[in-house]
Amino acid sequence: MLKQEMSDLPPHAKAVGMTLVGTEPRKCLVKVPYAEHLIGDPDTGVIHGGVITATLDNASGWSVRCHENWTDGVSMATLDIRIDYMKPAVPGEDLYVEAECYRMGRSVAFVRALAYHGDKSDPVASSVGAFMLGTPNQQGRNL
Amino acid sequence: MKLLQELREQDRGQDMQALLDKIPYAKFLDIRAENKGNELTTTLPFRDELIGNTILPAVHGGVLGAFLEFTSVIQLLFQTSCETLPRTVDISVDYLRSGRPQDMFGRAIVTRQGRRVANVRAEIWQDEKSKPIAAAHGHYLLIPSGS
Repeated sequence: MLKQEMSDLPPHAKAVGMTLVGTEPRKCLVKVPYAEHLIGDPDTGVIHGGVITATLDNASGWSVRCHENWTDGVSMATLDIRIDYMKPAVPGEDLYVEAECYRMGRSVAFVRALAYHGDKSDPVASSVGAFMLGTPNQQGRNL
Repeated sequence: MKLLQELREQDRGQDMQALLDKIPYAKFLDIRAENKGNELTTTLPFRDELIGNTILPAVHGGVLGAFLEFTSVIQLLFQTSCETLPRTVDISVDYLRSGRPQDMFGRAIVTRQGRRVANVRAEIWQDEKSKPIAAAHGHYLLIPSGS
């Protein structure tokens, strides 16, 4: 169920190199191939935490759209996201992020996500986030 | 380790722009830092690649998170004498307003600096500093010299 608006990646997701690998109800899997421009520590070649932040945020948003109660066209805004960095990403290895929307209320959706290389039980980072649903998707509402 | 030592040897230990220039991801986002006296302000000039929502349009939440993290780490490096880049343990980001297609600015405050962990708060804004678009607080692991 690749929804049109999901296959149409936001410009920044494209710039980072994210791809949507797969979806299932309430969940999605995103891949970020290792790339030079993502390096945060030139001495070690480890990618920057910001890359992981961006991917966790993006994947979390997508998982909300994979929820069975999601209605197309509803807008969404991230309220907050908290990220724990468990270990540095391994240089040269692709990063995967799996996000799950575990609760979808009328106005707020709750998501947890995990960033890892090959083994989900040994994650690089994890996050929990809340998303506001039905925010007006128009200009001039930025008070 | 080499990166910070190199800069210090060149007597540019306080030159945060020189440091950012050496970090590929900072270069990719095009984050800049300017010290005015003992205060540091970071800037992220807007460009289309930073967009996360094309309808509004709005800057990608992840970009704001990364910018907040860079602002925090740069402030920490500016104030302390770490031998390596501090490692982010956790960061919590509140999104307060949508990021419009404009330049962004950031400031951070080290709320507590312990021997191993530092607490840092950061805020980013666009037109008005009193109307931040996002705020973060995070914990960073300071790796002392020699380890």
